[in-house]
Amino acid sequence: MKRPFFTQSLLAIALSASLGLGAVATAFAADQYVPLPTYRVGPYASSGTLWWAGTLDYFRYINEVEGGINGVKINYEEFETEWSPDRTVEVYERVKKGKNGSPLAFFFTHSTPASYALIEKAAADKIPLIDPAGGRTESTDGTVFPYAFPLLFNYYSQASTGINFIAQKEGGFDKLKGKKIVTVYHDSAYGRETQAAIKLLAEKYGFENIQIPVADPGNEQSPQWRRVREIKPDWVFLRTWGVSTPVAIKTAARFGIPVDHIIGDVWAGSEADVIPAGAAAKGYQALAPYPGGASFDVHQRLKKHILDAGKSDLKDKKFFGSVYYNIGLVNAALAVEALRTGYQKFGNRPLNGEEGRWAFEHLVIDNARLKTIGFTGLLQPIQITAKDHEGGGAARIQQWDGKQWQLKTDWIQADRDTLRPLIEAKANAYAKEKGITRRDLSKEQ
Amino acid sequence: MLFLETLIGGLLAGTMYSLVAIGFVLIYKASGVFNFAQGAILLFSALLLVTLHEHGVPFVLAVLITLVALILLSILIERLVLRPLTNRSPMTLFMATLGVSYVIEGVAQGLMGANVHALDVGIEDVPVFIGDLMISQFDLIAAITAGVLVGVLALLFNKTRIGISLRAVADDTRAALSIGIHLNRIWQIVWAVAGVTGLVAGMLWGTRQGVQFSLSLVVLKALPVLIIGGFTSIGGAIVGGLIVGAGESLGEAYIGPLIGGGITPWFAYFLALAFLFYRPAGIFGERAIERV
Repeated sequence: MKRPFFTQSLLAIALSASLGLGAVATAFAADQYVPLPTYRVGPYASSGTLWWAGTLDYFRYINEVEGGINGVKINYEEFETEWSPDRTVEVYERVKKGKNGSPLAFFFTHSTPASYALIEKAAADKIPLIDPAGGRTESTDGTVFPYAFPLLFNYYSQASTGINFIAQKEGGFDKLKGKKIVTVYHDSAYGRETQAAIKLLAEKYGFENIQIPVADPGNEQSPQWRRVREIKPDWVFLRTWGVSTPVAIKTAARFGIPVDHIIGDVWAGSEADVIPAGAAAKGYQALAPYPGGASFDVHQRLKKHILDAGKSDLKDKKFFGSVYYNIGLVNAALAVEALRTGYQKFGNRPLNGEEGRWAFEHLVIDNARLKTIGFTGLLQPIQITAKDHEGGGAARIQQWDGKQWQLKTDWIQADRDTLRPLIEAKANAYAKEKGITRRDLSKEQ
Repeated sequence: MLFLETLIGGLLAGTMYSLVAIGFVLIYKASGVFNFAQGAILLFSALLLVTLHEHGVPFVLAVLITLVALILLSILIERLVLRPLTNRSPMTLFMATLGVSYVIEGVAQGLMGANVHALDVGIEDVPVFIGDLMISQFDLIAAITAGVLVGVLALLFNKTRIGISLRAVADDTRAALSIGIHLNRIWQIVWAVAGVTGLVAGMLWGTRQGVQFSLSLVVLKALPVLIIGGFTSIGGAIVGGLIVGAGESLGEAYIGPLIGGGITPWFAYFLALAFLFYRPAGIFGERAIERV
């Protein structure tokens, strides 16, 4: 007598469970899965906690206030990596097939070493790697690297914008001739990445290019800055990272190098880089593809709907509008706008990797769109194509006044025409080494 | 002149490494343990100090509260980690300190956040000129601080009952126990004193580079200092620091440009390796004599 009841119960449970799970799966499948390799603990947590706060706050805003992207919600999931490339590779392997029916449209690497490590895998898996203001510079050439996107501001553009700003300050490119420009760089792949571009620009404009390495972590730099003092440079381009930046600024001050003649690059231009340097950092300038500040339209929207509603991921509200928070915001907006582009083509449903690539390769954010989404002044106009996976190549200059960053210029464009042959030459070398045939864009839709 | 300035700058910078190394020596002398958690203690102390100060606690009071916290932390480590592992192998104890290191780093960041803080202890990093020779005022004061610290520790070890007990434990633990020296109490004291040296080092390194997680990585600079100076000698830590500082500085200035790279991360270890060949116990380290 018990058996039929037991069997019926089991069937009922199984049926309702399958229906329930089906409903959950359907709910998830309608969402776009976006995994985020993050670093909220470990050596880089000071930047990571702010960065992910910016990203998560924007995704929450899109989901909860705008009802998703054209109705498709973002199903984001964090994976702690401590900014370790091997863990990021592990995350990629875990998520590359998507989740709960939602495929993977793209993968944020959030790390140049991880972008290098994954570039071949992702191309084979047809999953776009997104690494704004980082990544492998030659992957700007989308005809050789269809699935790598060093969006916004690649390393060569960083070098070129720095030189263009110096030319502006000197009164023209002709005034660069004979000038001494020292680059103090973090002795790593990141630090060395701009060398070819600066060499090319030095040949073009006739300035003297001196490169001085600082080994990681760079917490003692007297020998380097003693050498800089001996050189008596006109300008210093600071391409350090982490603790090596405040130590560089303080040591430079001790050796009498005027701080307003030091230009920091993207990754040497956050609050974390200048606050520890104290008074020595006052007047320090840095390239800002991600300007600091909370006065942009999008911040007002986030303040109203996310921060004041107690939904922000930001633990300490004084960092609202900090450079790293804004990096998170801008990168999230790039992803959202790319997905929106893709949904317009493929319909309002989660995209797969190939569709994700199409979406990024057709991403256009013009001034009108920037105004609509509230990013005017915070994000440069951007247009990605199959040939150009960078799309922007500009930065503003911000200056530290001792308390906060002040924007000093509008967007300064890199000399991309000069840099493109260099990028293509490196891409060609890569294609030759790996036996890759360039995409014939005329045969693609 | 450039050579002399580089050399003196390196020697002064080396005392900053010595400050970190002294904390290791104290614990190694008393318990034979290489305390991997010293970097985490350095981070914890500087982070607590700066957090308290940022919340309006006067600087001197913040230092005192941090000292009390370090003493409590030492007692906790001894009670919860070292005491249960008494008589275990040095490798077991070393692994335990590795675990302690992760716990302290995690708790410190969990409670006080991961943000970067500026620390101003009132020492300006400005140049001081002796003739044409430029010296960093900050490095000079750091060197004087290291000297004072060594003097205080020498007094503690040589002129007080606690110090003599410490030396007895360091020389022969079993003999010290047999004459009634309380080993656990000694360990607590040694960890607390090492914590205080960690606070001093944390204040100086935190002033130089900001108080952030990477402070805990400063210990990596202490290892070659200890190999060169010896794990059991405070004087050795000072001399080791001077050699590493001067070697790095001169190497970076004169060898670095020839080979096109920053050499500081490996040059100190290269020096340490050279010393290991000729003096495995370091310059002032105690040579192990075993009956065979």
